[in-house]
Amino acid sequence: MSAVEKATPLDARLGALTIPAGSFAAKARRAALERLTAMGLPGRRDEYWRWTKAAELNAADPVAAAPFMVEETPVFDSFDRLKIVFRDGVFDAAASDPLDLEGIEITRLAEAPELGWAAGFYGSLEEAGQTPVKRPFAALNTAAATDGVLIRVTGRPSKPVSLIYFHESDISDPILHNCVKLEPGAELTLLENGPAGARFNKVLEVDVAEGARFHHVRAQGRDHDRRAITHIFARVAERGLFKSFTLTANGVLTRNECVITLAGDNAVAHVAGAALGDGATSDFHHDDTVFITHDALNGESRQVFKKVLKHGAVGVFQGKILVKPGAQKTDGYQISQALLLDDDSQFLGKPELEIYADDVKCSHGSTTGALDETALFYLRSRGVPVEEARALLVLSFLADAIDEIEDAALKDEIVARLEAWLARHRG
Amino acid sequence: MLEIKNLHVKLEEQDKVILKGVNLTVETGKVHAIMGPNGSGKSTLSYVLSGRDGYEVTDGSALLDGEELLEMEPEARAAAGLFLAFQYPVEIPGVGNMTFLRTAVNAQRKARGQEELSAGEFLKVVREKAKTLKIDAEMLKRPVNVGFSGGEKKRNEILQMAMLEPTMCILDETDSGLDVDAMRLVADGVNALRDGKRSFLVITHYQRLLDHIKPDVVHIMADGRIIQTGGPELALVVEQNGYAEILKAHGIAEAV
Ligand SMILES: Nc1ncnc2c1ncn2[C@@H]1O[C@H](COP(=O)(O)OP(=O)(O)O)[C@@H](O)[C@H]1O
Ligand SMILES: [Mg+2]
Repeated sequence: MSAVEKATPLDARLGALTIPAGSFAAKARRAALERLTAMGLPGRRDEYWRWTKAAELNAADPVAAAPFMVEETPVFDSFDRLKIVFRDGVFDAAASDPLDLEGIEITRLAEAPELGWAAGFYGSLEEAGQTPVKRPFAALNTAAATDGVLIRVTGRPSKPVSLIYFHESDISDPILHNCVKLEPGAELTLLENGPAGARFNKVLEVDVAEGARFHHVRAQGRDHDRRAITHIFARVAERGLFKSFTLTANGVLTRNECVITLAGDNAVAHVAGAALGDGATSDFHHDDTVFITHDALNGESRQVFKKVLKHGAVGVFQGKILVKPGAQKTDGYQISQALLLDDDSQFLGKPELEIYADDVKCSHGSTTGALDETALFYLRSRGVPVEEARALLVLSFLADAIDEIEDAALKDEIVARLEAWLARHRG
Repeated sequence: MLEIKNLHVKLEEQDKVILKGVNLTVETGKVHAIMGPNGSGKSTLSYVLSGRDGYEVTDGSALLDGEELLEMEPEARAAAGLFLAFQYPVEIPGVGNMTFLRTAVNAQRKARGQEELSAGEFLKVVREKAKTLKIDAEMLKRPVNVGFSGGEKKRNEILQMAMLEPTMCILDETDSGLDVDAMRLVADGVNALRDGKRSFLVITHYQRLLDHIKPDVVHIMADGRIIQTGGPELALVVEQNGYAEILKAHGIAEAV
């Protein structure tokens, strides 16, 4: 392949973008653009994109996607939280709360001319996360993000920060980049919800300092036709805790990458996901790609991913635990499971362990199965109507992933959403 | 009252006929026992009555208080008052026993047009009934039957029965795998529900359960049929002589 040929899709993609100039991030954006140019967009032969087609994410323009209007209270609505609203990637000041809260500093990326702490941080975890596997869409994001929030947590804010991404235009193509830096001992819960656009590219960089705790609960939008490529890059220092849970219901194409390094001793990182896909009205393709690196002593990591698939829905899981030399006493756990509610759905799983330390405990498992007919009959024989019985069994299948949400109220909120989805997708 | 008439059942996926014309009537308030060698079709009868998939009814009927059970969904049969205590209670990882019980109780109340029990009311009743069956709080919290011992599973079945208050209770080898103490607990649980209006069909391989749950009528099942019916003394005959003679008298080879 010649260099000219290789550059074409990327040129087209970049040609459709306006890279914001100036500000503290200018240097990081230039560097990201160089990285991206060097690696190119994922091609068909890219091993890391074997099961998920990158073409619609590569394309200069997004496939049009209508917003999905529903009569339902938006997720997290009943929670006391600091709301930050974006509509098709554009900040909505009127709908957002004032960006001040004790123990936390919040600045918008688009409004941060000089921000000391963020200047060296923006793009740094993304850059580190490009080795050993290339993540071109993340580099593209760092280069071209139009907005996002930069959050520095110095204390323990009294309520969660909630990022709300509305999708209103059929052809919106937002690129948002959020940075969270938790100072030693700080603690934050970050909520995210909404489809954000027809095609959404989002990066979240999280730096968890010594003894800090970060909780992330995300509900990806209910839109059937949306497409999304998201990345989380996290670095967890000594005794730090990182916990992220994602609920995905619907979506033609979703790829969520999560790249975490346990950089300090006794660090903890849990990442979990529950995905529900019904291919009846639109396609459903959901990809969780996770890469966890243990680079310190006594680290604990857990990956818990569950997918419920029907009507031709496709689930993908690529999860890796890398234990670097010297990362002794690592406890790494990974489970990916799919519940196929019919014969046309499909789950593709690739669990990987790569271990260079001798005193570690690592396990992984991947299963694909159908609903347990015996259990279903047992429930029905006790008078539970068949659909209710099915929903109960699906929820029980998802329980291990949902249990990764520490906060009981948030857990209940997610379960309520799951129940509502199951009620809408019977049969 | 349960009236089973000329019930013929084969496996759906195979050409294997299991029930070959079962006739049986359990009058309201009575306790009937079915005994019989392994493989005679006792569990199949209980599954077919409760609506499990995989069986094809080729002839016959089963009326519960005049209503045809065989045309109903399993949940409707339960709402109509039928309960089966499973020979092999099913484990459901991820579903808490308490959630399971509350879901079942409220589903049946709903189906019968009654109001759902509040969480408080429900808890009070469960605790009380669990206590008499020596089911501790820990067992109520755990996932349904997961990690339960054989005896715990059977007691859990009786707890469900006590909570659901069915009118027709089928117990499929509820005594198997139980030690004497556990069997007494189970029998006491069953006897506590005998109120003259509730009927029981007690399937057992051995006579000993019937020392504790005194039956009004005893049936012997073999090769997919009820081959003999009598009073409680019939169970004693089986206990002493085994099934060989009875089977021989009916021209059935012992290795069914
Ligand atoms: N699903 C099934 N598949 C194959 N054989 C079955 C099935 N269910 C029952 N049978 C057979 O039917 C006969 C009756 O079984 P069952 O009703 O369990 O007897 P019992 O409870 O009296 O021991 C046995 O020969 C058993 O192997
Ligand atoms: Mg049996």
